[in-house]
Amino acid sequence: MKYKSQKVAYWFFALSMLLLVLQLVYGFIMGFARVGLDNLHDFIPFNTARAVHTNLLVVWLLSGFMGAAYYIIPEEAQRELVSVKLAYVQLISLALVGVTAIVGYHFNYWEGRKFLEIPRPLDFLVVINVLLFLGLILLTLFKGKRKTTTALVLSMGLLFAALLYLPGMLPFDSQVTDSFFRWWVVHLWVEGVWELIMGGILSFLLIKLTGVDREVIEKWLYVIVGLTFLSGVLGTGHHYYYIGVNKIWLVVGGVFSALEPLAFLAMALFAVNMYRKGEKKHPNKLALYWTLGAAIVSFIGAGLLGFAHTLPQTNLYTHGTLVTAMHGHLAFWGAYGMIVLAIISYSLPNMTGRKLYESTRGRMAFWLSNIGMIGMTVAFGVAGVAQVYLERKFGMEFMKVQNEISIHFVVLILCASLFTSGIILYIIDFYKHGKPTEEALELS
Amino acid sequence: MLSKKQAKTFFLGGTLVTFLIFIGLTVYSFSKSNDQTNYNELTESAIRGKEIWESNNCMGCHTILGEGGYYAPELTKVVDRLNSKYGGEGEEVIKSILMSPAPWQPNGRKMVAYEMSEQEAEDVVAFFKWIGNIDLNGFGEIVGVDRKISPLSKKNNE
Repeated sequence: MKYKSQKVAYWFFALSMLLLVLQLVYGFIMGFARVGLDNLHDFIPFNTARAVHTNLLVVWLLSGFMGAAYYIIPEEAQRELVSVKLAYVQLISLALVGVTAIVGYHFNYWEGRKFLEIPRPLDFLVVINVLLFLGLILLTLFKGKRKTTTALVLSMGLLFAALLYLPGMLPFDSQVTDSFFRWWVVHLWVEGVWELIMGGILSFLLIKLTGVDREVIEKWLYVIVGLTFLSGVLGTGHHYYYIGVNKIWLVVGGVFSALEPLAFLAMALFAVNMYRKGEKKHPNKLALYWTLGAAIVSFIGAGLLGFAHTLPQTNLYTHGTLVTAMHGHLAFWGAYGMIVLAIISYSLPNMTGRKLYESTRGRMAFWLSNIGMIGMTVAFGVAGVAQVYLERKFGMEFMKVQNEISIHFVVLILCASLFTSGIILYIIDFYKHGKPTEEALELS
Repeated sequence: MLSKKQAKTFFLGGTLVTFLIFIGLTVYSFSKSNDQTNYNELTESAIRGKEIWESNNCMGCHTILGEGGYYAPELTKVVDRLNSKYGGEGEEVIKSILMSPAPWQPNGRKMVAYEMSEQEAEDVVAFFKWIGNIDLNGFGEIVGVDRKISPLSKKNNE
């Protein structure tokens, strides 16, 4: 750690870990409900569990991204954060808004729009919170001694993510228009600007872990984020095939969605090549595992599995089935979950001074969570494909099909247990590092 | 070999061009001549139905236009489907489910008992009816009553 103010990142990461655990709890509630064990229905019906599960995902990832920015930006800009106090205010307000929203979901206080369930009044608080965060980050960057491409791409991703939240707040009386602009937020976040954030964090980690020249890494960073936007923006069209808008999206969405895996492939090749090219052997192998893992798993989850059902001819049958859940789980895990865990694994020893680089627990956390998530993806995939054939091809009723495929949710729960054991080990490792200290300043 | 400046130009230029095309296509999609939703037939009752749909997060379990929670049935063509199943009484069945004080529990999977008023239930039905008439580029046939099912299906071999 080079600057005292970087310590604030630790608390964002700690919040992130807490929310991740809660997300898993609600995931299990949903999994058990799917096999008929829905004893909590009166208190936590499926729609509540689902809203909490997906919103916690968004908030723990955002908290992780914010922590990453608070760690990376001072180091890249070569100066302290402009205000540590305000960063803590932002952390506490983020946690309060998040907790209020989650509690509200249990009392029917929500908007009921997939992924954007946060009610309108809380939306405004989110906007204020994010503006404060952006103010701190951009001012630090502006006042800094240098403005690197890594810092600019990361900040640009965060700024665009904030701007793109706004279309989701517009009220529409038509479900079709509502859905259309909801994807401006959801799709353009996860298949657009969040990839800038991921690219920025990945670039920072590769510079630190491989020792490859910054100019080389940042040049390829531009190419990758360029490919991301080139394919991802018009790739939004794959959400518009069958929701009641013009057929032109079948062509535009189909072509550009087919290009989307290229950005992820480029990211995976980029990370692996930089690792091979690097002469520096950084002792933090765990951070390297998570960094390379994020690049590779995101290509499989977001790139390949996304491509598997975004061709219009395929999507006609898979639209609105569990096939989407298959892609969603591995994509979010690979692209965003793993990159947050990568930056935590890299920065934690630097902030606390405890260099637990070679722990068996840390390696087990990596392998168990990844094997568990791949198993979950397969379970969702098999259930989804079976659903497509039974319901959409053979005309069986929805609930009869659900009963037929419930066995795959038993497999899902078993794999989710494996995944959770990996996450628990990761969090134990997090705890064992202790708290950040200024004594760690001279150690890195 | 590609320089960093060229890479930056590729990123900024590509982003700008694709975003402009995206905005253009959005405007084109929402032009009156391209309306596939029968927007003019969207009644006050159907709009209230949408608000009820959202305020109870129905999408958290059901899907509509193929979007939702995959836990409960797709409702895009629910009126037609239940009309076909219950001899034209589809709307009444939907209303009774929404107004029921006890949880609807088909095949063991529970739905929240919303205990809606008759007016609220009628608004939700109006919303479903409007949704059911949207031209979905072929998806309506996949989830509708007259869906084209495989010749291998049991229904076709009875």
